[in-house]
Formats: sequence, structure tokens, C-alpha cells
Amino acid sequence: MLSIFTILADWLAYSIFGFMPDSKLGGAVHFFIEDTTKIFFLLVLMIYIIALIRASLNVERVRDYLAKNNKYLGYLMGATFGAITPFCSCSSIPVFLGFTSAGIPVGITMSFLLTSPLINEVAVLLLLSLVGLEITIIYVLVGMAIGIAGGVFLDLIRAEQLLQPFALKAYQTAAFSDGELSIRPKLSFRERHDFAKVELLDILNRVWKWVLIGVGLGAALHGFVPDLWFADNLGNGQWWSVPMAVLAGIPLYSNATGVIPVMESLILKGLPLGTTLAFCMSTVAASFPEFILLKQVMTWKLLVIIFMLLLMSFTLVGWLINIIYVL
Amino acid sequence: MKEIEVLGSGCAKCVKTAELIQAVANDCGIPVRVIKESSPEVILKHGVMSTPAVVIDNRLMHSGSVPDKNRIKEWLLMTQ
Repeated sequence: MLSIFTILADWLAYSIFGFMPDSKLGGAVHFFIEDTTKIFFLLVLMIYIIALIRASLNVERVRDYLAKNNKYLGYLMGATFGAITPFCSCSSIPVFLGFTSAGIPVGITMSFLLTSPLINEVAVLLLLSLVGLEITIIYVLVGMAIGIAGGVFLDLIRAEQLLQPFALKAYQTAAFSDGELSIRPKLSFRERHDFAKVELLDILNRVWKWVLIGVGLGAALHGFVPDLWFADNLGNGQWWSVPMAVLAGIPLYSNATGVIPVMESLILKGLPLGTTLAFCMSTVAASFPEFILLKQVMTWKLLVIIFMLLLMSFTLVGWLINIIYVL
Repeated sequence: MKEIEVLGSGCAKCVKTAELIQAVANDCGIPVRVIKESSPEVILKHGVMSTPAVVIDNRLMHSGSVPDKNRIKEWLLMTQ
């Protein structure tokens, strides 16, 4: 079904705009048209449908669930909810405090917060349509594993001792009331539709520029970097290429939506999958602006620990995948 | 004068919420003072997890989105 976008791009790029199919610019323009039309079509359709389904899921319910349930399952549940619960990164402080003051361990809360930017429905959708099922599954598993392992590690080192004093106090005196806010009447279809509409506009509004930038970069890579350049230069998964990729991702700031079209291009050009994933995840999850926000509830020491933890996990994951997954 | 707090860590929607409340109040001729509250401690005190949230006379009225104009009007008239 999605081949209709290839046909559309063929027609626009080659017939209407008159680019030569085998020219660099023609290739880039074709890539750009095909990916932007496909991505926006899928985004509109899928965000709406998914929002209809999960209209009744919100962070309050997740908190209640995590606070009541088994600690060891908690990390898995935290990471899973992080992947499926939508929330804007500007809410990470209130969410962190809400979880903490409900007595949820810092590690489980961080499993939620670390997984959240990496995996969401938009990211999964783009991965599926651009790089296929196999890589999508690897991406999701890696994202969840990093969230879970990070959370377990933070509780092992008793990270709560490194919170800002008021947040630590809220954790220690956690008085969990059976959340009256979270008990909501069943939603009618009308309410679900309204929610989905608002959600759709909200997400589109937030991601459209990332899609354009991401696809633009992807298109430039696609058209202008020689086909075997990555394969020739970095194709053996040279060990240093993974930490380099992670470091290169830090100053770049993007969300998953913007980075996935770039990922598509990098893989097409023969960059090993582990190196590509390390670069993309670092771009998405290890960004300074969002880390600085967490300073309001954490000490510098804990912030630095979490940041290093992320960089190390991306590097390890990159190495591991380069070894076991040879394209 | 009624005091209305908009809780949120300075995201675009929080600014929009504060402006909208001020505009609706002006339209209705109700004098209000809209305060933007970004301190995590205050947000924690109200138990808010999704911002922007609206607190009027210490009561949490709304959380998680830019509120609808009609609802803002209801709050303003109700708590007068």
C-alpha cells in the first residue's frame, strides 16, 4: 500500500520537477518527497487511531498502578508505561515528583523517564515504515532494556539519597492516597474523538519541523554521500566508531521523529546497525536541555551519574549489536 | 481580586493558559491576578503531574492541557 508514495515521488520528482533519476539532487528530492508524504500520512492516521484507544490512559493511572505493584516487575512496567504513555518533556519534573511522592522508587521512575523519549507510537510507526520490522523490534527491545537496566542500577546505588532535599523528603514521607484524581468515568466515543483530535493536532504541531529537518538530512545523506562510503570507512564496526557516534549525538538535539529518517539513510549507506542505533539514541535521549531540567529535583552528582550511565549503555549496546548483528 | 495560579515549568502551553485566562477575565470584566508558578515544590504540593494546571483559591481546577474558554468562564463566575 505504501508504494503509492514511491509512485507519487517518482511522478513529482522526475516528471513534474524534471530531475534525472540517477542524479544526486534527483535522488535526494525523491527521498524527501517520498518520506515526507508517507510520514505525514501515517502520522495523521495512526496518531488519531492510537489516541482513540489510549484516551483513558494517563500519568495519574500509571502512578497508581506502579505504586501498588510488585517492585521487581516495577522496572519492566515502568519502562513499558514509559513507551506507551504520552507526556511532554516539559512535564518530566511534575511526573518525577508525582511518582516519587507516591513512594515509587527512583529507579522505577527513571525506567519510565528514560524509556519515554526513546520509544513512543510515532517512533515505532516511523521505524516500521522506514526500516522494517526486524530493526524496529531491535530498537524497541534495546530502548526498554536500557530503561530497565538504568532503573535497577539507580536503585542499587540508592539514588534517592542524591535527590534534592525536598524531593527526598517527599519520597520518605510518601502518603499514598488512593488517587481520587485518577478515577474517571468511562469515556464516551465523542470524548475519545475529542481527545484524539486534540492529541493529533498537538503531536503534529510538535513534530512537523522535526520530520522536515530529519527527512531533509536523510535526503541529503541519501543523495550526496557515496553509496559505499560508510560501508568502506566504518563498515567493519571499528570499535571506536561506536563511542564516537555516541559523543557526536550529544550536542545534536532531536526527538525520535527527527532522527529516524536519518537512521534510515545511515543504514542504507552501510553504517553498521549498532553504530547507527548508538548515534540515534544518544541524539534523542542524552540531550543537555532536558537534563538541566532534572537539576530541579536532583543533585549534580546524580545527574552526572545518569548521563554517564546513558552514554555507557548506548556504547555497550552499539558494540553488542555490531558483533551479533551483521547486516 | 481573585488570585489564579497557573502551574507549569514554563512550557509554551503554560504561557498560553495564563494569557487565555487573563483574556477571558478581561472579557467578563472580572478583575484577576494571574500568577505563573513554576516552582517544583508548589507543583508537588498540589499533587499535579501533568501541566499546565490551574489553581483557584487553593483549589486544583484543571490539569494537563490548555483549558477551554467556556470552562475558564465557568470557574471565574462560579468562584466569584
